[in-house]
Amino acid sequence: MTPIFQQAALLSPLPWGLPADASAHGSALDRHLLLNLWIALALLALAHLILLFGLLARGHTTQPSRLWRIEYLPLAALALLFATLTVKAERLWAAARYTGADPTALQVDATGMQFAWYFRYPGTDSTFGISRPQLVAPGEGNPLGIDPTDPHGADDLVTSELVLPSNRQVDLRLEAQDVIHGFSVPEMRLKQNAVPGQTIHLHFTPTTPGTYAILCTQLCGLGHYRMNASLRILPPDEFAEWLAAKQKTVQP
Amino acid sequence: MPPTITPHTEHDKKHRVEDHDSGHGRRPPNDKRTGGGGDNDNWNDRPQGRRGPREKLSRFRLAVFFALSGDLMFFVAIVSAFFVSQTTGHYNAYNQYINEWLPTAIPPILWLNTAVLILSSISIEIARRHMFRENDVMDEWLGIGKPITRRAIPWVSTTIVLGLVFLIGQSIAWRQLAAQHVFFRSNPSSHFFYLITYTHAIHLFLGIGALVGTLIGLYASRQLETRQILVDSTAWYWHAMGLFWIFLFVLLAFFQ
Amino acid sequence: MKRNPPTEASLRPEPYTQRSTLRSRLTDHRTIGLQYLLLALIAVVIGTTLSLLMRIHLVWPDWPLPLHGPILPEDYLALVTIHGTVMLFFVLTTAPQSGFGNLILPAQIGARHMAFPLLNAASFWLTAVALVTLLSSTFVPGGSAISGWTAYPPLSAIAAAGPGQGLGMDLWLLSIALFAIASTMSSINTLVTIIRCRCEGMTWDRLPLTVWGWFTAALLSIIAFSVLLAALLLLFCDRHAGTSFFLPTGDLVNGVLHGAGSHNGSPLLWLHLFWFFGHPEVYIAILPGMGLTSMLLANFSHRRVFAYGTMITTTLAIGLLGILLWGHHMFVAGLNPFASSAFSISTMAIALPASAKVLSWLATTWRSRPQYTTAMLFSLGFVSLFVTGGLTGPILAQPILDEYLHNTFFVVAHFHLIMAMAGVFALFAATYYWFPLITAQSGKSSRFMSEPLGRLHFWLTLIGAYATFLPMHLTGLAGEPRHYAQLTGVPGPDGSLSPAGHLLANTLPLNRHITYAAIFLATSQILFFVNLARSFRRGKLSPENPWQATTLEWHPALHPNAPSEASDEQIVVHCAPCQYRSMLTGDLFRPQWIPEDTLGVTPTIKPE
Repeated sequence: MTPIFQQAALLSPLPWGLPADASAHGSALDRHLLLNLWIALALLALAHLILLFGLLARGHTTQPSRLWRIEYLPLAALALLFATLTVKAERLWAAARYTGADPTALQVDATGMQFAWYFRYPGTDSTFGISRPQLVAPGEGNPLGIDPTDPHGADDLVTSELVLPSNRQVDLRLEAQDVIHGFSVPEMRLKQNAVPGQTIHLHFTPTTPGTYAILCTQLCGLGHYRMNASLRILPPDEFAEWLAAKQKTVQP
Repeated sequence: MPPTITPHTEHDKKHRVEDHDSGHGRRPPNDKRTGGGGDNDNWNDRPQGRRGPREKLSRFRLAVFFALSGDLMFFVAIVSAFFVSQTTGHYNAYNQYINEWLPTAIPPILWLNTAVLILSSISIEIARRHMFRENDVMDEWLGIGKPITRRAIPWVSTTIVLGLVFLIGQSIAWRQLAAQHVFFRSNPSSHFFYLITYTHAIHLFLGIGALVGTLIGLYASRQLETRQILVDSTAWYWHAMGLFWIFLFVLLAFFQ
Repeated sequence: MKRNPPTEASLRPEPYTQRSTLRSRLTDHRTIGLQYLLLALIAVVIGTTLSLLMRIHLVWPDWPLPLHGPILPEDYLALVTIHGTVMLFFVLTTAPQSGFGNLILPAQIGARHMAFPLLNAASFWLTAVALVTLLSSTFVPGGSAISGWTAYPPLSAIAAAGPGQGLGMDLWLLSIALFAIASTMSSINTLVTIIRCRCEGMTWDRLPLTVWGWFTAALLSIIAFSVLLAALLLLFCDRHAGTSFFLPTGDLVNGVLHGAGSHNGSPLLWLHLFWFFGHPEVYIAILPGMGLTSMLLANFSHRRVFAYGTMITTTLAIGLLGILLWGHHMFVAGLNPFASSAFSISTMAIALPASAKVLSWLATTWRSRPQYTTAMLFSLGFVSLFVTGGLTGPILAQPILDEYLHNTFFVVAHFHLIMAMAGVFALFAATYYWFPLITAQSGKSSRFMSEPLGRLHFWLTLIGAYATFLPMHLTGLAGEPRHYAQLTGVPGPDGSLSPAGHLLANTLPLNRHITYAAIFLATSQILFFVNLARSFRRGKLSPENPWQATTLEWHPALHPNAPSEASDEQIVVHCAPCQYRSMLTGDLFRPQWIPEDTLGVTPTIKPE
């Protein structure tokens, strides 16, 4: 393991470090993040050392005068550094966001509303049914307003817990019913705002089975702080069992 | 290349800034910002209050310029919202992309209003030029009659009348639209039609207020400089409102 | 070319009104500057109190506020909203730009007053009305708005979306609209004064860097606040005129369907308009401080500012670039990913002029054995906090990293270190530095603030600042989100903690430390107020140019205490500022108004 990765491993069991990463793209992100943090720390220390040395060292009668050495050379070095970091970061961003999900990815819909997340699976026909805001009735078990007249919606499975299989790409559709919410899974290194009126796609591949936190990260009102949900990653066979069992409750 | 950017001596400074010597051997050019005296004195270097007859005027012109740039950004923000709204659609329940932008046909009276506003710009510009006509300025400053003010007043009044005609024309346009059941809240394009015309009309109304104030100032103010500044600032504001209107009108007429 | 004869008005020199009519007193720029500073002082006390309440509630959620009861989630969010709004607008935009600007700018360019005194007074009173309007929203039914200082719709557009989003939100809108107008008026004044009212010899390259900071900030204000005003108008129409600029079709809030018809709005439009204003806003807050730091470091190190021309260029470059990178607040907001990349590049680019400034500050003080007055200490503190806060900027500028860090406490740490602490350190430095000019009025002598108390204030504040905001980086890395009204008691299945609850509870030990540090930091500011109050009447008397400064505000004829004959004296500038020369036998310095090098050596005066 590279020293930086060792540092990540060191941080994760500590209560104030990065939570353990459980996604496929997470390790590259963590490496880049730690690289940035170390560089920032190094530059911070360097700047303060120069400042303190300059203040404490014995006086000089003439002030520094070489513009190239003091201003432009360090600036060129910094520009090179920032450019390198930017290129690396843009590569990671492009890999995550520029293209859509794999056609064989698992489709799940995550809808945020004041103040809960609901998740919808398309069911055996692999098609989401039509939903209308006029039909939303959480009290009657239809929080997403699925149209009962649409045959595609009959097998849609709505849960309040997101369950996914490990090692399979997921195409997550993000929607919001009322205000802007933020869908965030720190341990998957994922964050995306759900904007009402837009359907935003996000794709990722979970790797490690476990139970993880889903948080809302865009101020959405009173219950913003308790608008959480759980993400449960199961091994593929267990997930298939879970899905089949749940599907039976919708379509006996 | 000198080691520091800040020059060391006063002599260096003087040499670079005030030399006007480009080395071609001819007589150095006069600084056109002087009274034309030819001895290279820049009036801006004199103390405040002694910088010439245009000192206060140039200050107010600059203030009007900055205020208008802020105002321009205000309208730019609204116009960009217009374009975003025009091209924003949504997916309906059947996953079809729908863009419900229904252009609002502008009432034809808007063409007349535009012509009226252009005429009012012409009239205020005539008033403004009267304020600076040299021979008359001299007479008025010396207290021999008030030829400038006398000439400018009817043109300022004309502008006020034309401005009011414009506003009346706008309200007729709003009423015509309302008669066809197109209200502020009817659809996105009508939001913008009314918003754009309302905000412009409010700006114009404030401009008419400024013109009325100018008219009063022309009668009541005792300093020629103040009268010049009043007419000049109001005129530039009025021109800007006219120019903004032309852009907004073209937007509403041809870009919906 | 037309030559107009000089009017009699323009031949008369600008009269310095000795007779103090009410109008002249109200429109005097020094009075207005002090009024703005007083307003900012009141605002900062309110803002700090609110933030303390927030911190205390996070760590001790059951603690009841006296006279109010337990802090409910809507109360917490109202605290968040008013804290952000008050601090950003009424402290960080008014104090450096309008407060110290009005107080010092005319003197620093050799003018006797600002270009438009009446406009100046009007903008102050409008700002005061705006503050009162904002604070009054606490007392209306429903309470203050809860949508944060950023007021994203649809939360801010629909009254039913939360408590306080009715009348409270309308009052917030009105307050900020008034502030935007007042700020634009004030900026016009600043710009015309700098461009047209400079004295003889004060060319653009001899302008002090503080003035360049005010100039660039004023240019940014004119562009940014108008866009904010337009956004506020559109939001108001959405709330009350049935439009849908920001409301999408079929928005279901609290059981009520908004926009079932042809609403076609986009909440993202608000984000664009708001952040187009919001990003230049933070540069407006920091640019005057950066200019002041350069000047103060040079002053107390008895050095010229390193690379003066580059400092001017970087100030303008930061201003220009600052308009082009608003999208970095929106990386995960639903933007096109290509747009995110573009904004990321422009954001990284602005790190370069900022780094150039840091290099200049370091070079200016390098081995200079400076005089450690309180003002110098705060300027050094500014450099330190600016570097610390600024270095996390490039991290947040990379979208892939922002995907993890957006809206966590990492961002909170970043902007608090750089705005709340560095920006405020610049304000402290300005107060300690210009206190002799603040206290001097006709008949009253100029005084210093107490240096020992000032030095104690500096150290306690620096330690408090780092103790409070450094740990926030760690809680942010752990995933703690912003705007959470509670970190405990987040319910999970079967009564036990959910994974989210675990994550939040894990951050509690550090949060406790942060709260203790915040209480320490806030309490240390009492020293500042005590120092202020005491020094007004009983501070040590100060000579005319106590800091051996070279800039014009210390010119004897421009001194507030100058005799009335001094008002006729012509102010002429002969050289660039910070003409210091250190020699073995002592220090030479040449103020801008001295025609030739001062002969002889001036011993360094230690204030205490």
